[in-house]
Amino acid sequence: MLKIGVPSKGRLMEQCADWFAARGLRLVRTGSEREYACAMEGIEGVEPVLLSAGEITRELAAGRIHLGVTGQDLVRDKLADWASQVEELAPMGFGHADLVIAVPAAWVDVETLDDLDAVAAAFRRTHGHRLRIATKYHRLVHDFLRSAGVADYQLVDSQGATEGTIRNLTAEAIADITSSGETLRANHLKLLDDGVILQSQATLYAAHAAAWDDATRATLDRLKAKLGI
Amino acid sequence: MAGKAAARAEAERLFAAFQAEGAVPVEAEILQPAEVLLDLYGEDIRARAFVTTDPLRGEMMLRPDFTVPVVQMHMSHGAEPARYCYMGEVFRRQEHLDGRATEYFQAGYEVFDRDDPTGADAEVFALFARMLAPLGLRAATGDLAILMAAVRGLNTLPSRKAALLRHVWRPKRFRALLDHYGADRPARALPHASDAPLIGLRSASEIAERLEALAEDAAAPPISAEEVALLDDLLDLTAPSTAALSHLRDLTRSLPAIATAVDRMARRLDALAARGVDVDTLAFEASHGRTTLEYYDGFVFSFHAADPALPPVASGGRYDAMTAVLGQGRSIPAVGGVIRPGLVADLGGVSC
Repeated sequence: MLKIGVPSKGRLMEQCADWFAARGLRLVRTGSEREYACAMEGIEGVEPVLLSAGEITRELAAGRIHLGVTGQDLVRDKLADWASQVEELAPMGFGHADLVIAVPAAWVDVETLDDLDAVAAAFRRTHGHRLRIATKYHRLVHDFLRSAGVADYQLVDSQGATEGTIRNLTAEAIADITSSGETLRANHLKLLDDGVILQSQATLYAAHAAAWDDATRATLDRLKAKLGI
Repeated sequence: MAGKAAARAEAERLFAAFQAEGAVPVEAEILQPAEVLLDLYGEDIRARAFVTTDPLRGEMMLRPDFTVPVVQMHMSHGAEPARYCYMGEVFRRQEHLDGRATEYFQAGYEVFDRDDPTGADAEVFALFARMLAPLGLRAATGDLAILMAAVRGLNTLPSRKAALLRHVWRPKRFRALLDHYGADRPARALPHASDAPLIGLRSASEIAERLEALAEDAAAPPISAEEVALLDDLLDLTAPSTAALSHLRDLTRSLPAIATAVDRMARRLDALAARGVDVDTLAFEASHGRTTLEYYDGFVFSFHAADPALPPVASGGRYDAMTAVLGQGRSIPAVGGVIRPGLVADLGGVSC
């Protein structure tokens, strides 16, 4: 059986089902309404596994599922050297989210990463600690800032309501997912001109570590043909 | 790759050799206070330290090296001059799947001596060269003090020099800043106020100060093309040490600010030659050490195996400024280095 991890709830699950349906494959719930069990109609040998997006990333890395639908943001942040662990089979055109760096809109002197770097140096002199950037995407943000040569910052972990950390004085800037920028504006924040770290969308991944035999390989080929990828 | 037992045995041989040179053996706790010490290492190590929490002592890290704890120990109760040696494991997180070790042995040697700093530089390098000689390694040297002196001597705003000095360890950003300061560009049109309420710790006066600094920077003339060219000449300098010194002597005529640092390099080469190092062939790169530990601020060196994929077998340098940071007002010239016994064992080992 070729196991494919699909999002287990909410809008992401619906969009995922729609995406497969548009390609002649139906994801259908089996068993009772509350049971997390599912089948894929229109192809033999594929077993959907309902998981949260975060778990799909982890299960792909562990090779316990062959394929999985999850966000590029999660794969690139959670998996070390992601490209050596999974392969991007198809971007799916939904679940769009930009990982961006944002600062208070009142910082009229800050428009770019250069500005952020200069402000970080001055901030550290004035306040005696590094400028704090709240995020849950530690690897992506750190790699991005390092390649941009930004110094004197520190990442502080924020697993939710990240936009509120600045007002709460637990961070000076944030790096978070935004889809429209609405939440940023409502929290008196603004994007940096060159502060887009990643433009992410839901993507179908294949796991290198999964047990690939002749049967699952053949199933994958048939699935790819159906999906037109 | 050599197993842990082989690495430990090699570490013990190197440790014994350092003691035979008269160094006092010292220990360092594996758990070190993260908040006080982590800043001294720079971004790379800072991001790679294993940090954990102790209910009584707060944030602690597994030691990422020995030099910082040894300096801290010396500054709190060391007699001088002093020579220390140590061996043990260090711990660094690896973010890639290429099999680099997260814990490995280091054996090191540190000299605290205010009478003859260039002699101490030569002593450490010559000792390492002698101990590692059987492995046929390639040595590289540099001197961050020359580069820093050149930046301090630029004829431009102190704020620009401070920004360049801050980014000596990030060559790409340093380059971008130098190009930026060297270009004639129109002033930025920044709004002076925003409708948005000010949130967070950074105050209105800090924003106003930065706007003033930006205005001052925009009004100042660019760093001259001649000065940028001289700095480029220095950054690109790669030559055997004796030839490099004579090139630097020539540069001093246009860049008088580096004269003291170049004199120090000349004395160091004399001291190295006196200890049997062939300075006519010893590689010197003015940019060497710019992507390593941020506490080095003078002579730097490293020893490399033929395989470019391997990390340096040994590395070290001078870190005078760090002794001032940890000495709370007191400071002492200091230089030292570490050898990775695991790599030494991989390469066939040395019998000292």
